[in-house]
Amino acid sequence: MNAGSDTQPTRHQVRPKPNREGDWLEVSMGPQHPSTHGVFRMDVVLEGERVVRLKPVFGYLHRNHEKIAEGTTYLGSMPYTDRLDYFCSMTNNWAYALAVEKLAGLQVPERAEYLRVILAELTRLQNHASLCGFLLQDMGAMGTPLMYAFREREKILDLFEAISGARMMCNFMRFGGCRCDAPPGWLEQARRVVDNFPRFLDEFEALLSENEIIMARTQGVGVLPRDLAINAGVTGPMLRASGVNYDVRKVDRYGIYDRFEFKVPLGEHGDTYDRYMVRILEMRQSVNILKQALADIPPGPVMDPKAKLRGFRPKPGEAYARIEAPKGELGFYLISDGGPNPYRYRVRPPSFINLTVLEDMCLGHTVADVVVILGSVDIVMGEVDR
Amino acid sequence: MLGEAIIKGLAVTAKNFALSYVSPERLVTIQYPEERQPLPEATRQFPFLVYDGDDPHAGLRCVACQICEKECPPQCIYIVKSKDKKPDHTGKPQFYPAVFDIDLSVCMSCQICVEVCPFDAIKMDTEFELSTTDRFAGLLYHKEQLAKSNAYYHKIHPTEAAEVDARLAAERAKVAAKPRAASETKAAATAPAAPPALAPGAAVAA
Ligand code: SF4
Ligand code: SF4
Repeated sequence: MNAGSDTQPTRHQVRPKPNREGDWLEVSMGPQHPSTHGVFRMDVVLEGERVVRLKPVFGYLHRNHEKIAEGTTYLGSMPYTDRLDYFCSMTNNWAYALAVEKLAGLQVPERAEYLRVILAELTRLQNHASLCGFLLQDMGAMGTPLMYAFREREKILDLFEAISGARMMCNFMRFGGCRCDAPPGWLEQARRVVDNFPRFLDEFEALLSENEIIMARTQGVGVLPRDLAINAGVTGPMLRASGVNYDVRKVDRYGIYDRFEFKVPLGEHGDTYDRYMVRILEMRQSVNILKQALADIPPGPVMDPKAKLRGFRPKPGEAYARIEAPKGELGFYLISDGGPNPYRYRVRPPSFINLTVLEDMCLGHTVADVVVILGSVDIVMGEVDR
Repeated sequence: MLGEAIIKGLAVTAKNFALSYVSPERLVTIQYPEERQPLPEATRQFPFLVYDGDDPHAGLRCVACQICEKECPPQCIYIVKSKDKKPDHTGKPQFYPAVFDIDLSVCMSCQICVEVCPFDAIKMDTEFELSTTDRFAGLLYHKEQLAKSNAYYHKIHPTEAAEVDARLAAERAKVAAKPRAASETKAAATAPAAPPALAPGAAVAA
């Protein structure tokens, strides 16, 4: 439709051609499809096996998170953020806590910063491990890689339970620190898990990374061009798989990320295989960060003494804080009018925005590839629909 | 060579299968109802009310200040304040909840009620096998079901309970140290929203 000009890139779209009657078939994929990772629906128009149009349909899991948050206290929204991306409650907590801390001007003690980094990187490990497992499962590697990934994830969830009391809905971070200190022996246990993780990664890679079937199914499938990725606002491993060096941990250096030595893995082709490999490499980098953080963590308090639990009212103003969540840039935007609850509360969910390029990646591929491409986007519907 | 990676992958599965007989690292399945995993001390499921001593009514620590009711994010606590007063653990006359209900089917185990309670009256239980065939009333827990003894609290969260006990003992000691000294601050001390640590002085001993 767009004519295009010198400055405006032309965006060609596949449109239904006046074809032979009955050549096109519109299929509703989901919301109960096992490969759509939750209640997600795609309106797929097919020509034979090939996708000519794809329309994502969201909203089946809409829970009114933002509006509810405007009606509850700041603290009361914290457990709700766990339920955004329920794989990564720790990073969600952190992003929200960071926004409120900016708003209220709270200082986070050293030990709490280290705990946050440790927990966020553990979250990244378990999220990427299970994503890789799910991706391989979507390609037909039924069960085995996923179960190996879950076995490893379970050890990390045990750590979460020991420190916060819950495996997935941790609700652990508070404005100005963390809710409690790590119990005795926790750091040793974490060190053991982290030290053993590379062994699992080697094994996981030996299992399937070089497999001919996997390569045939993923290389060159679902290519996301660099420019499109930037223009669409895609973030996280998806953006880096397209070769863009952008990691909020490096760009913003929030928390204490400037103290750690780590690299940002980049892909080259932007296809599904790159997205898979970038995540594997990111896990290896996370292990590096974790080793440094677990070695350096100082003793001390975990809560800002100025922080208040009851009757918390930040002064009027606005704040946006973002972090590199496992799925991409997770941001919270808050406006305070001085009351006990935010005047405006907005979440920038990475997987929702990453999902907007799904059609561009899927066009021309087969239905079986759509499943794989969707798997490589790494979505969690709790976050997409909110 | 074509198929090399497949053989490599199969070698990994074979290794895992064989080693699952010897290495507990690789044998992670637990036959749940018969075998149980030991829970970490911090585990939290649903809230319960703590009472001191043997009598769930006389020893109930909750003073019906309704802070938890206000702060609970999904609003699943329902409290009716009593008309009369009973002495609390320091001997000060306090209100108590005539009705204290928690709808466990709504509760999301977030522990915020525990954190905001200034009287250490509500704590997290570790009991999770609560399924019932009664859809509506079965999970609406009343004061009688929620009240559990301090001994039980010590059993499920020993470290935390010891800290709480020490804190409460310090409070009682403070009250005993200056009996009737600050009777003029009675009004301030009995204001329900003021946490006891911040309440100035002490009230009249019973
Ligand atoms: S905050 Fe504590 S004392 Fe107040 S009503 Fe709730 S449980 Fe009772
Ligand atoms: S645990 Fe959370 S949801 Fe449950 S009663 Fe307490 S505050 Fe409410």
